[in-house]
Order: sequence, then structure tokens, then C-alpha cells
Amino acid sequence: MTKAPANQIETKTLNVSFHSNQVLKNIDIKIPAKQLTAIIGPSGCGKTTLLKSFNRLLEIQDDVKITGELIVDGTDIMKPGLDVPDIRKKMGLISQKPYPLPMSIFENVAYGLRIHHDKKAKALEAAVQQSLQEVGLWNEVKHRLHDPASRLSVGQQQRLCLARALAVQPEVILCDEPTSALDPVAAQQVEKLLLKLKKDYTVVLVTHTLRQAKRVADYVIFLYFGRVLEQGPANEVFTNPKSAEMKAYLSGEIS
Amino acid sequence: MSSTLKDTILKQKMVLIALFIFLLSLLSLFIVQNVVLFALFLVVFIILLLRHLIHVTRKLYNLLGTRIMMIITVSMIFLFFLLLLTLLQGSFQIINDQSLAELIFSSNWKPFSGHFGLFAVIIDTLIVTAVSMVIAVPISLLTAIYITEYAPKKFRQMIRPFIDVLAGVPSVVFGLCALLVLVPIVRDSIAPLFGVSTSSGFGLFTASLILSIMVFPIIISLCVESFSSVPLALKEASLSLGSTKWETVKKVLFRASGPGILAAIFLGFGRAFGETIAVSMVVGNQELIPSTLFGPGQTLASLIASNYTEVSSIPILASALIFVALLLFIVVLIFNLLGFLVLRRASKRWKY
Repeated sequence: MTKAPANQIETKTLNVSFHSNQVLKNIDIKIPAKQLTAIIGPSGCGKTTLLKSFNRLLEIQDDVKITGELIVDGTDIMKPGLDVPDIRKKMGLISQKPYPLPMSIFENVAYGLRIHHDKKAKALEAAVQQSLQEVGLWNEVKHRLHDPASRLSVGQQQRLCLARALAVQPEVILCDEPTSALDPVAAQQVEKLLLKLKKDYTVVLVTHTLRQAKRVADYVIFLYFGRVLEQGPANEVFTNPKSAEMKAYLSGEIS
Repeated sequence: MSSTLKDTILKQKMVLIALFIFLLSLLSLFIVQNVVLFALFLVVFIILLLRHLIHVTRKLYNLLGTRIMMIITVSMIFLFFLLLLTLLQGSFQIINDQSLAELIFSSNWKPFSGHFGLFAVIIDTLIVTAVSMVIAVPISLLTAIYITEYAPKKFRQMIRPFIDVLAGVPSVVFGLCALLVLVPIVRDSIAPLFGVSTSSGFGLFTASLILSIMVFPIIISLCVESFSSVPLALKEASLSLGSTKWETVKKVLFRASGPGILAAIFLGFGRAFGETIAVSMVVGNQELIPSTLFGPGQTLASLIASNYTEVSSIPILASALIFVALLLFIVVLIFNLLGFLVLRRASKRWKY
């Protein structure tokens, strides 16, 4: 195998429209590997759409039209005939509000492993434990692994979702405002986790809190009404914004 | 209730002002003795009074409305008990006349010689209902999944009205079609396929078949409803772990909409269990347990339909039929309770 490219994800003239409404316009971005990339911008500017286009989750919705190239690990994943589940497996998704699957805590984490027949029963337990430890949830749930996952608190659920995603050993973790539904303590826990995870994974974080982006981001992409107005290393973008909109966003004139 | 109304009437500034103006008008009439002033004050007083009355009647109507709706609602519950009481009272005669055990465990139904054993009919009813559900549930579920998860949007929107209309077609129409189409098919093709060459086409299987066709639209419609209420994000969570669509349907969608599916099945069961006219047209109307699924039988509901014309010639038959009705009522009641309990457990277990 060749050396992993420095850019994990790259898009070339990516266009996305719902019905006749174009949500993303000519997106050309690069997302560096093993770093935390924050996608920022006002609400309703296509941040989530961009995130979900990375693992081809958009196409399960009605009337979506996607054109352009989306290069992950050097391959265009928009090419027809590719195995979509395999593409998705590489990228874990953490949604805004945690959605534990309707099963036990254990089964939630084991779900992906079972699907891919990755582990025998003994190894499965070990893998589940490891994933839960990775998100710091093991000690909280080890006595009630077989309780329905819906009994956990929202913060715990969000970490469970993270553990569930990590269990299938993805390369990328896509996070869609993962802390916006959490209380401050739980939010901080998740944020710290993301910082820890970027050593081993490429993390893409959609956030509409500018302060969060400033705290954690290595690389920043600024979306404004479906266009990328700014992208680059975080300190550059934050200290030396080029576009008027980014300046306005940073100063809090638009949010 | 009365105190609030009284408050509205009395404790308002408007009333005090109106009374004050009325007093002024009296003063102007008797003390100042000025008719014009009196008339003026009186007019103002009347206007204020009218406005106040409108204000009060609004609240009065609201209050009355609430009461009336409550009375209607409560009488609905009363109706339930009234029905149960009527059935109990009506079947008293037959239970006194014959033992309950004989009614339920004897297969001897000969109204003219005074035998009212319902065992065969009860078993037939259970068989017909069970077979129809076995046919209907898997097919309906697959259809519902296809509609919500796989079908293109245009097709989905097109097919919904068809299913809704099917659900509303009167059962006698289904019965007639079964009589004209299903009976010959069962007689000539399906029964011989299973090695039964003597079938007349009228029998338990034909009844099950038409019942399953009748419950399709109900189960499909309700399942589509509950599948489409599963949040997109839950499906995304499963898909993003690299599962295929079918794995997501099987492991996530089914559980997440489990309570809804169960409710749909219960409702379909109720329909199949109680369906009368369509069944009575094709079931064969023989109060016995046939040796094969293709032989003639009788169900509880259809028994009432095919015997009620004889009620005037055999006095105790009326009571026997009411007892059958009571059985139907009780089974539906028990099934509803069961459904409620299962549903509550399921929604706890499969919460997402």
C-alpha cells in the first residue's frame, strides 16, 4: 500500500441540490488527515449537508442531486458501482442529537462488528469494552451493559454513539454539532474526546459555536450560503480572514 | 364553576360603572328632573350592559360546550358497559338452560333439537383468523417496507391512495369477489395442489384468503405510518456504521417501529376475527371442524349472520346467538387489553 495521502478527503466542484434548491455550490475543499477540521458558518448554510455528503448519506433522501468529485483516500467515491456500505464504514457519524439504536448498550457497540462479522464472541466482548473505554463510558455502564441504551443520559448516549462508531475502526469521524444538545459538562467531555481522537482519526466537526471552533480546530472551512468562502489552518483563518463575511462572522455581526 | 361565573358577572369594573351610570340616570330623572340627561345616561347604561352580557355569554357558551363534550364522552364509556350488560343479560337464558361447559366444549350445534355446542365454531374461527394472519402479516410487512424504504417517491405517493381506498371497500364487495373468483380457484387449483380433490371451494381456506386480502390494506397502511415516523437520523446512524439497507430495516427499523407494527397486527386480527358477511359467503356454513383446511366450516360472527333469521321460530336461539356475540365481545376485549400490555412493554424495550 502507498503512504496515506496528506488529504483524507478532497472535493472537486461538488454541487448538491434538494428538489431545485441548490444547497452546495462548487465546493472545492481539502480535509487534512489526522487533524480536526471545523466546518463553520451561519445556520442553514449547508454545513450538515456537506458533512453527510462525505459518507454518501445524502442520497437516502428524496430528490437529492449530487454532482462533482469526492475523493477519499485517493479514490473518487462518487464513481458508480462502488460498495457504498464499505465507504460509510470508513467514516463514523455523530449526529446532533444522539440516536442510540433500539437495543441494549452492549448491542449498540457490537452492532457494527456483528454486521461485518469482524469478531468472534470472546473478541466481540473485548472490542466492545475497548470502545467503551476509549470514550470513557466503560466504568459508568459496565454493570448494566444489557440495559436498553435509551436509559442512559443524553451525554452518555452521545458518548455511546461515539463508541459505536469507533468500534468498526473508521478512519474519519464526522461530527454534526455533537455538543449542541448536551449540558456544559457533557459537552466538555465530548469535546475533550474529540481532541484526543484526532491523534488517530481524521475528525470533521460541524459547529455553529465559533468559540468551540477556536478551541479545538486545526483546520477551518467557512461556509456561507452554500459556498466555501474561506479555508485554511485555523490560526491563519481566525487571525487573518480575507472575506468580508468571515470578518463579520468573527466579529459576531452575523451568527 | 358557579363561583367563577359569578365572579365574571359581578366582580367586574364594567358592572360597577354600568350601575353607577344607571344611578346617575335615576338621579337625573328624579332629582335633576332632566329627561334628556336621563335618556342619555340610560342609553349608555344599556350599551354597557349589552357589552357585558356578550362577554358573559361567551364564557357561558364555553362552559356549556365543555360540559356537553364531557357528557358525550362519558356516555361513550357508559355505552361500553351497556353493551356488555345487554349481552350478559341476553345470554343468561342459554347459560341457565345448558351448562357453560356444554356450550363451549360440545361440537353439537343443532338449534332445532335444542343443541347449541359451539366448540367446532370456536376452533374454526381460530383457524380462519390464524391462517389469514399468517398469510397477511408477512406480505403486508414486505409491502410496507418496500413502500417506505425502497420505492421511489413518485411511486410511493401514487400507491398510497390505492391502499386507502382498498381499506374502505365494503366487506360485502370482497365477499362477492371471493364467491365468484376465489371459490373456483380454490376448488380447481389450490385444493388439488394440496392433494384435496373433493373440495367444493367453500371452506376455511377460502375464508382465510379473503380475510387476509381484507386486512392487507389495514396492516400496510398502519405499518407505512409507523415506518415513516422513524427518524431519518436513526437510519443514518445504522447506515453510517456500514450496514446495508436491508440490515438497517431488519435490525433497526423493525425494532424502532415495533410497537406500531404490533398495533397494526392487533388491529388486523380484530378485523379478521370479527369479519362477518364476507366470511359467511364463502366459509361453507357447516358447524363442524373439517378434516382439511379446504373443507367447509363456520365462524362465530358468520354463525350469527346465518342464523338470525330463525330467531323467531326457535325462542332460545336468540339467547344462544347473544351468547356467541358475548364471546366475540370478550375475545376482542381481551385482545385489546393484551395488545395494550404488549405495546407498553415493547415501546419500553425498543425505545430509541
